[in-house]
Amino acid sequence: MAEEVKLIGMWGSPFSRRVEIALKLKGVQYDYIEDDLTNKSPLLLKSNPVHKKVPVLLHNGKPIAESLVILEYIDETWKANPILPQHPYDRAMARFWAKYIDEKCMLALWNACWCEKKDREKAVEEAKVCLKTLENELKDKKFFGGESIGLVDIAANFIGFWVGVIGEVVGVELLTIDKFPILCKWRDEYLGCSVIKENLPSKEKLGAYFRTRVESASQSK
Amino acid sequence: MADEIILLDFWPSMFGMRVRLALAEKGLKYEYKEEDLRNKSPLLLEMNPVHKKIPVLIHNGKPICESLIIVQYIDEVWHDKSPLLPSDPYQRAQARFWADYVDKKLYELGRKIWSTKGEEQETAKKEFIECLKLLEGELGDKPYFGGEKIGFVDVALVTFSCWFHAYESFGNFSIEAECPKLIAWTKRCMEKESVSSSLEDPHKVHGFVMGMKKKLGIE
Repeated sequence: MAEEVKLIGMWGSPFSRRVEIALKLKGVQYDYIEDDLTNKSPLLLKSNPVHKKVPVLLHNGKPIAESLVILEYIDETWKANPILPQHPYDRAMARFWAKYIDEKCMLALWNACWCEKKDREKAVEEAKVCLKTLENELKDKKFFGGESIGLVDIAANFIGFWVGVIGEVVGVELLTIDKFPILCKWRDEYLGCSVIKENLPSKEKLGAYFRTRVESASQSK
Repeated sequence: MADEIILLDFWPSMFGMRVRLALAEKGLKYEYKEEDLRNKSPLLLEMNPVHKKIPVLIHNGKPICESLIIVQYIDEVWHDKSPLLPSDPYQRAQARFWADYVDKKLYELGRKIWSTKGEEQETAKKEFIECLKLLEGELGDKPYFGGEKIGFVDVALVTFSCWFHAYESFGNFSIEAECPKLIAWTKRCMEKESVSSSLEDPHKVHGFVMGMKKKLGIE
């Protein structure tokens, strides 16, 4: 039976792009379905009734939701180019850092960019604590996954790309080379990987999207 | 070489209980170290410098943090006995999804139930019941979320059950009235020695929450 893989995603979502990176890394053929999140499709609502969010992977009609859950599923189903290490301790570490990125870093970085001016200083400090923690974890490794990109690197796509784009639009530079030389080096290596480069939204399109957001926010004041 | 397992924990923590339960399911011996969270030990700060939280499992000197990550680690290392995650990748994904759902929702809502009043509390109670009903739907007619035996989602969720009495008392509502199937599932789980020996006495938990409310100045 031919395998049917579909991905319901959104072009600008880092969570959605994570899944695309993993599928491409493993050489999995899939159909991409763009969802208009302002008018969610019946397919999305049926496939992810609990959270009603992208990404959702549909494998032979069966849905899997939550990007980190999807990444582990992809790694267990398609064996080429493993995303998670073999050893249980290393796997636990990878899961820990992916969770840290999802639950602490992304929120802190997002807040630092979008908060009110009066809260900015504190928010930027908190974001920098997260970046420093990641910098310390990276140490002298090329990628979080070692010699090749792994779960944590894929999860860190927001840090590698989105933070820079949003930062330029709102005028908040977080990932500076003087404070985070190791993380900046990682970012350059990361964005140089073809599987990453080819699965990012266009910088222009993403920048324009966030600029619109800034404009509508200032107009509603 | 014998395995050295240490668990840094705090007795009322439903997250710590998950690890106790996983260790019990696997029949593992370990050293339990109670942490005073107002005065965290140097060991805890060394083993979990990022979050400074319990539970932390220290296996042959190496720390693992975050309860569901610890449970998966235990399941992978001691994979021969009482597997908690299914072997089929799709079912594993579903188990991870629902355990993640419990993590995202229940703790925060539960905390609001005992620490807030008025409309905020009412909203939290309503959402809490909705979450439990959704989980009831996922359980369906199965004896456990793991099927015929307890699994990952059972471990993730059942430890909240010893907090239900506190939630009901301070929230002034009955969980059993709204979610009888889920309560039946908690009773079924409690028949297992591994579960009953890992969960705390609901009255003790109630006393703990009462103490917290006093300390935080919440009536």
